Amino acid sequence: MPFDPLIAATRFGAGLSPRIAPPRDSAAMIDLLTGPDRAAQDWPIPGMADAAPDVATFFEVNRQRRLERGTPRGVELDAAFRAMTDAARAAQRDHLARMLARWVTTQDGLRERLVAFWADHFTVRSRLGQTVHLVAPYLQDAVRPYVAGRFADLLRAAITHPMMVVYLDQNRSAGPGSAQAGHGRGLNENLAREVLELHTLGVGGPYSQTDVRELAELLTGLTFTPERGMLFRPGMAEPGAETVLGRTFSADDGLDNIGAALDHLAAHPATAAHLARKLAVHFVADDPDPGLVAALEQAYLATGGDLAAVTAVLLDHPASWALARAKVLPPFDYLAAACRALDLPGDALLALDAVAMNRLILRPLTAMGQPWQTPSGPDGWPESPADWITPNFMAARIDWALRAPSDLLPALPDPRIFAATALGRVPEAVEFAASAAEDRAAGVALVLSSPAFQRR
Amino acid sequence: MDRRHFLTLGCSAAAFPLLTPVAFAAAPWDQRLVVIILRGAMDGLDVVRPVGDPALTRLRPGLLQVPSLPLDDFWGLHPGLADLMPLWRAGQMGFVHAVSTPYRDRRSHFDGQDILEAGTPDLPPASARDGWLNRLAAAVPGVTADTAWAIGREEMLVLRGPAPVSRWSPEARLRLSPATERLLELVQHDDPLFRDATVAALETVADLAADGQARTGGGHVQLADFAASRLRDDARIASFSLGGWDTHARQGPALTGALGRLAQVILVLQAGLGPVWGQTAVLCLTEFGRTARENGSDGTDHGTGGAAILCGGAVRGGRVVADWPGLGDGQLYADRDLWPTRDVRAHAAWIMRAMTGLDPTVLSSLVFPGLDMGADPGLTL
Repeated sequence: MPFDPLIAATRFGAGLSPRIAPPRDSAAMIDLLTGPDRAAQDWPIPGMADAAPDVATFFEVNRQRRLERGTPRGVELDAAFRAMTDAARAAQRDHLARMLARWVTTQDGLRERLVAFWADHFTVRSRLGQTVHLVAPYLQDAVRPYVAGRFADLLRAAITHPMMVVYLDQNRSAGPGSAQAGHGRGLNENLAREVLELHTLGVGGPYSQTDVRELAELLTGLTFTPERGMLFRPGMAEPGAETVLGRTFSADDGLDNIGAALDHLAAHPATAAHLARKLAVHFVADDPDPGLVAALEQAYLATGGDLAAVTAVLLDHPASWALARAKVLPPFDYLAAACRALDLPGDALLALDAVAMNRLILRPLTAMGQPWQTPSGPDGWPESPADWITPNFMAARIDWALRAPSDLLPALPDPRIFAATALGRVPEAVEFAASAAEDRAAGVALVLSSPAFQRR
Repeated sequence: MDRRHFLTLGCSAAAFPLLTPVAFAAAPWDQRLVVIILRGAMDGLDVVRPVGDPALTRLRPGLLQVPSLPLDDFWGLHPGLADLMPLWRAGQMGFVHAVSTPYRDRRSHFDGQDILEAGTPDLPPASARDGWLNRLAAAVPGVTADTAWAIGREEMLVLRGPAPVSRWSPEARLRLSPATERLLELVQHDDPLFRDATVAALETVADLAADGQARTGGGHVQLADFAASRLRDDARIASFSLGGWDTHARQGPALTGALGRLAQVILVLQAGLGPVWGQTAVLCLTEFGRTARENGSDGTDHGTGGAAILCGGAVRGGRVVADWPGLGDGQLYADRDLWPTRDVRAHAAWIMRAMTGLDPTVLSSLVFPGLDMGADPGLTL
């Protein structure tokens, strides 16, 4: 199949918009992707170092208030802590509004889709109230800058980011032969296992339990404290060399060797195969064309894991343009694409207060099966359409489509015009429903509830 | 859809009188099990108070200003559960105390709830996490998607896994005019995935309307109402969660509120289940207990041992089952928490044994891997 602007805007983009033309061709999409990140400039989200409330102060206030509990100072600290907790939740909502605003207004939808894909590949979740507002900053620091760069750089940035280090327990892991061993600390293999199983070679990849353990020992010393941030603690590091997938890494130079081991994993053919298939499954079909997967794999190996080159092959392969739309928008993409089709201004999203954000975005996301930034595990969100379109989740989509657009917009569009905006090519049944609907709200809801809108 | 299914089978039974109704039971067993996860760590020591333990007044002078309802000469009940006293007297409410999951020392809600619902000795790798109620369903032949229901907006890890499970959030409205419903059917008609999901959702909503479901009351009432409506039909397992238990400060009013909601949930289940209540066990579990000493802000902090609450007509209640460790000097876990003397998974396993007839070896290997079930605490009739 040849390039198709409507498929480009949906399967590989943020959806259709009444004010933003769909991509002209795949070269234009790659040009945008490899150019400046305009959406991030328009709707900035801070990195972790600049995120407020500041994590060191937040942890310190929490520590102090526990020590001072029951004293007048403790009462003050409790109030300060509550204020910081509220500020963190407000920051999390603000970041969500900005992520939606990027989707709604971007010319470069492919970038938002790749950020979402790699964010899911490198899933983190906040384990503490003091860090709920740091997931989006993590993506800003460790994912977004690398989606058109080398996978090895993305891998290194994500794995050594404090949010990942804490999420997968690396900060608790001490080498059994390290100075820290025995003080209630031991080796924790969680991050090492997920790096091999989820992030690089893939489950069923050519690694053994010995590789997991050796990599876990190599990763020891990589840690994070709220006061000092990311650091390498030699006292936690396992002494001696470690051998991972046939290559030996000395333990002498800490972070450098961790980086070298991650580079080694990124360059492994099993990593190429794993990522190629995962990209094809995410963007095209749960049972992707083997030729497409092979082409992605070859591009990865030939370019040393250049993700822009791999993405270009994804856009150039005929199987990527199959007319059958085998994938379903997950809940965030569904809400974001709906807001984009409804032409909701980004500023309107930023202006939503806490109550509106909960009612119109956060609770609906949960009801549709994708509670915001809380996937159940490091393997991220499900891929299969059947996981998202269940009776329960479908009901939540229909309920949202019926109610939210009129709460978000001062006036609803004519459903017949909206059908054309949102779908491009309007199936006959939707055309009929949009014109036969008893009012605008029902007509808009029918368009948004149609498979034509929810598949890509 | 459940109702129609049931009616169809009922007609067949009338046509073939030699077949007993049991042969037509849609689920492999007849007892109903409701598991309520009390998220936030319920303070077992304040809900079911060991007033006969001399150390209690020293540890919790402030909390005890909320007066107890006497259960027996050792135990007192928090008045937040006063509405359930008739159940206690009828032997339909009981407690197990000084229990916990195997989770120790880190006292994180996040991990504690995952271990409680995974039912494993340690936190399993997050990518391979399923729940013990799902493994129970998987262990019994003949389970269909209607057998077990996860209820509420949030996912229930305890029911996650390979066995088919239905999920519903009673918040779903689906208030469509008949005309809009017809048009929706039209736009989804050629896509079976969407069409079937919507049809099933509309049937569930219609079913509830036909049942005269109370659409009023708090979210917790709707959860219980919906659970009862499923369990009256083909469902045998239902699970949902209730929050509000993380009482670090001003525990008196906070716990009274949370217990009041729990009591309402139990009474709604009892009323909604009608005759089926007699075959029902409701098991209320929490991720861990709270500190034995009250803190400086009239609350308690994250602890270890705690209590579980049992209700239902199938329960042998009217008593507190505990191997009591004491609260005195040297008797507390880490010098701060109630010492857990038994794994609460054992109680859950014995209840499931009684409800489903499953072999104990299945329960202690598949459902709760590596669990030592110990002696039967006799929690069911």
